[in-house]
Amino acid sequence: MALLEIENLQTHFRTPDGIVRAVDGVSFQVEAGETLAVVGESGCGKSVTAMSVLRLIPEPPGKIAGSIRFNGRELLGLSEREMRDIRGNEISMIFQEPMTSLNPVLTVGWQIGETLRLHQGLDKRAAEARAIEMLQLVGIPEPARRVREYPHQLSGGMRQRVMIAIALACNPKLLIADEPTTALDVTIQAQILDLMRDLKRRVGAAIVLITHDLGVVAEVAERVVVMYAGRKVEEAPVGPLFRNPRHPYTQGLLGSVPKLGSSLTGTATRLSEIPGLVPSLKQRIEGCVFASRCAHATDLCRKVAPALEAKAPGHLAACHYAPRESRGAAAMVAA
Amino acid sequence: MYAYVARRILATIPVMAVVALFVFSLLYIAPGDPAAVIAGDQATPEDVERIRQSLGLDRPYLVRFGAWLWDILRGDLGVSIFTNLPVSTMIAQRIEPTLSLMVVTLLFAVSVAVPMGVVAAWKQGTLIDRMVMAFAVLGFSVPVFVVGYLLAYVFALELDWLPVQGYTSFREGFGPWLENLVLPAIALGSVYIALIARITRATMLEVLQQDYIRTARAKGVGQRGILFLHALKNAAVPIVTVIGIGIALLIGGAVVTESVFAIPGLGRLTVDAILRRDYPVIQGVVLLFSFVYVLVNLAIDLIYTLLDPRIRY
Repeated sequence: MALLEIENLQTHFRTPDGIVRAVDGVSFQVEAGETLAVVGESGCGKSVTAMSVLRLIPEPPGKIAGSIRFNGRELLGLSEREMRDIRGNEISMIFQEPMTSLNPVLTVGWQIGETLRLHQGLDKRAAEARAIEMLQLVGIPEPARRVREYPHQLSGGMRQRVMIAIALACNPKLLIADEPTTALDVTIQAQILDLMRDLKRRVGAAIVLITHDLGVVAEVAERVVVMYAGRKVEEAPVGPLFRNPRHPYTQGLLGSVPKLGSSLTGTATRLSEIPGLVPSLKQRIEGCVFASRCAHATDLCRKVAPALEAKAPGHLAACHYAPRESRGAAAMVAA
Repeated sequence: MYAYVARRILATIPVMAVVALFVFSLLYIAPGDPAAVIAGDQATPEDVERIRQSLGLDRPYLVRFGAWLWDILRGDLGVSIFTNLPVSTMIAQRIEPTLSLMVVTLLFAVSVAVPMGVVAAWKQGTLIDRMVMAFAVLGFSVPVFVVGYLLAYVFALELDWLPVQGYTSFREGFGPWLENLVLPAIALGSVYIALIARITRATMLEVLQQDYIRTARAKGVGQRGILFLHALKNAAVPIVTVIGIGIALLIGGAVVTESVFAIPGLGRLTVDAILRRDYPVIQGVVLLFSFVYVLVNLAIDLIYTLLDPRIRY
């Protein structure tokens, strides 16, 4: 049994102009202690997937259907009260915006201690002592002083460290990090990624890393789920995915990453882009979701939605023309 | 911080000076002659003139203002033209009922209005929200005396639950004291409640959209903790500001409320003084009210620093 099993997750929102299918039939699993990256463009449904796991989607207008099992327990069937015991305790979450994700009128120590008081019944003094330890753990200097400070007295990187301290305070089994480094300077990004990797080793939590940054994925993930227009289009271990992307969308994503210094060594090629826009999620899409932007799309693609198939061991892709054996993109074009 | 408080207290002096000049000038321009009122219907013009001279009302404007200001600076609010009692004594006799009414109204209004606004924001768009908003519109648009007479009629005359009017001193027991203040406090508080509830709702709606509210939810904080701690503490500054500004509403409303419920407070004293053209009393009471208002708003500026650590003076 995997730690987290998501099956046919559908998160829809009722809006005045119709139903938006933000997540439409996504399934994946996360093993204990594993780091899984969920990648895709803005609006592909990766954040909504993450929020759905903790049931942080306001219902209504949202509606979550399908199945989310955590440690074998169906989360979608739990009461709000039972869900609260899981949030911040067994599953916790880090958000993209460290500048605005901390409450400006409460001290950081109080905010770290709050989860401990809620979930572990610690009293005020014990919670503060533990908050100081957590600050130390996430590498904040002078933790005994910082614990009494307010978020506005800390830099962006420090605030994200505090967010991580809050998330890890109760030793969760699963940490969902939604673009944890996107809002930070590059040098700070590296520090935060190092910190997350280091803490993961110590705490043993599984991580679901939501990102659009393939550099970050290559750096920390073990397995990758690629999402597009609310669906999973490809899933593979990180090595095969980067070496042998099966889905044209994944190939497009990898092709649009600039290579550092390539213009100096003369190996520079024009950065490829994926033409067009993510289709509207308000209509049901017939055929392949990526067909409207895919250079290789045929009538078959536009009519029949491709099933997610194992193209190689552990490597799933939803494309009619993705090769079954590891021959990569060239073979696909030939097909 | 202390320097700031000292500066702010010093800054009240020019404010009070302007208020003093304004009050004095207004009464100078206003029609009516206290000498004629005191002399009565039977008096001859010579009698009135004599009284006017004895009160010093025949002296020029600036001389009178200067003399009055000098007295105030020495802590002397003057003597009532009508009763010959020192104004400060008259105020001291009447201050307890007014202060009681205002404090009870303030506590009642804040403890009703803030939860109302919070719940309305939480349940935005539902029946509860619409009821709160409808009540707020009603509270704004129905005058204090209408609410007052209505309450007195229903709860005092018809149901006989509470006294119709009057005031019992705090020294005669908490129960009777409060009993007499319930209806006046509701009448006086209705506009105030409407004002605070609306601001609370609007500010809370904004705060509930913030990222840190999502963080709190992700931590497993319950609905009550989200609303009354994480959100309300962030919404507190505008709410407290309105509570402070609303003190002016209470002062104005107290005059009417005290008349409706026959409470022998400063409001009644003011009305009587105006009817008798008792200048020193009017001036004394208005000065006192403006001083209270300035002090309350200073206190509120200081409360900001407790509510929001980003505000420092």
